[in-house]
Amino acid sequence: MALLTIADLTAGYGGAPILNGVSLTAARGDIISLIGPSGSGKSTLLRVLMGLTPANGGQVLLDGVAVDYASKPALTALRRRMTMVFQQYNLFQNMTALANVCLAPVRALGVPEAQAEARGRELLARVGLADHLHKYPAQLSGGQQQRVAIARALAMQPDILLLDEVTSALDPERVGEVLDTVRDLAATGITMVIVSHEMAFVREISSAVVMMDAGRVIERGPPAAMFTTPAQPRTQAFMRAIIRH
Amino acid sequence: MAGADAFFTADTALFLVQALGRTLLMTLIGCSIGLALGGALAVLRGSRAPWLAPARGLAALYIETFRRLPFLVILMLVLFCVQAFAPDLALIGVATIAVTLAASAYLSEIVRAGLESVPQAQRDSAAMLGLSWLDTLRLVMLPQAWGVILPPAAAFMVMFIKDTALASQIGVVELAFAGKILVNKGVSPVLGFGAVLILYALLSWPLGRAAKALETLLENRRGAAHHR
Repeated sequence: MALLTIADLTAGYGGAPILNGVSLTAARGDIISLIGPSGSGKSTLLRVLMGLTPANGGQVLLDGVAVDYASKPALTALRRRMTMVFQQYNLFQNMTALANVCLAPVRALGVPEAQAEARGRELLARVGLADHLHKYPAQLSGGQQQRVAIARALAMQPDILLLDEVTSALDPERVGEVLDTVRDLAATGITMVIVSHEMAFVREISSAVVMMDAGRVIERGPPAAMFTTPAQPRTQAFMRAIIRH
Repeated sequence: MAGADAFFTADTALFLVQALGRTLLMTLIGCSIGLALGGALAVLRGSRAPWLAPARGLAALYIETFRRLPFLVILMLVLFCVQAFAPDLALIGVATIAVTLAASAYLSEIVRAGLESVPQAQRDSAAMLGLSWLDTLRLVMLPQAWGVILPPAAAFMVMFIKDTALASQIGVVELAFAGKILVNKGVSPVLGFGAVLILYALLSWPLGRAAKALETLLENRRGAAHHR
């Protein structure tokens, strides 16, 4: 059974739907990359999955069980299994890197403080920030902040990690360090849904690539096929436009 | 100087100190409860739950009313209400309630501006991590909002010390009224009001300095945070 099933999801305000009936599935260990032009609904899809933006219709199923986004306990349960890393990192500005990573495990999961801290140190070491535990976000570079944000998400021990354009806000020189971190993560077998414009990276890391446009899934396929021989004209046009650059 | 004998007595000193105490009491208690109440109102107004909509409307009505009414009118309103329902309450109590009403309305807007200064993304992060509403407010929002809230809140309190002189209109013997009483008793106006002036300065100057120091501290911290 698919770990994550998205069925005919719609979202948006008034006359301009942002998601127009999106259906997707991800099996455990899948790395699904969403590609497509800006405004095609990729980031909105991730926000709807997390319950940060309301859906108008459709369903999200985890292990075949529909998530009730209107219920607080269901939402809390969902957020223990699925978490997200934002484009702008969104670290808590008033806390050190370590405090950012330890906060939710202690407050939301009830992990004992000492245990959460030990795990926080371990995770920050894993993303290469062992020397920056006690620095505030503003004292860290964008790439370092993004790695703290990834460590913070991992501290929740999620089954599914959503990455929303995690390198788009970074200095070009910092992109590599974050991609390396994501690459390491992929090797652990965690399920990921990634929105990215780093096409070489998407091609290398994904188990499936999904082309989106105008709030719809245009096409899904293995990365090699999607990048070289896509079936749909919209995907072909998108790939041609990317390659020109 | 005429009336100097009547001024330099232990009784006069005690009288002035008591008046000073009333001014301080009204301001500190009124503004402290006002900050707590105003903070609660600001949090309520920032809520999004549909079932709280009527409460949000009432909070807005309360804040707009007490921000628009002159403090003297609030004093009179409280006085008449108290006389109708709790005639035994001391006048200083009446004045403190009035200060609380005015302060809560003003401070609520200051707290609201502070909370709104924290980017929505911080709230998204907290929600995404499954933090409770209270933890989000206590551990994420307020620590980041204090820098924006405290300087104007402190300035408001320092300003409000002067407005409490209006409590003399309902008969509270606070600092300004005490000066007038002394002068009526034959103390030289220069001495009587001079003492009042010095006491007001002694009250608000350290508070003003503390607010300024706090502002500088928070600004430095924020400034430092922006430089890598």
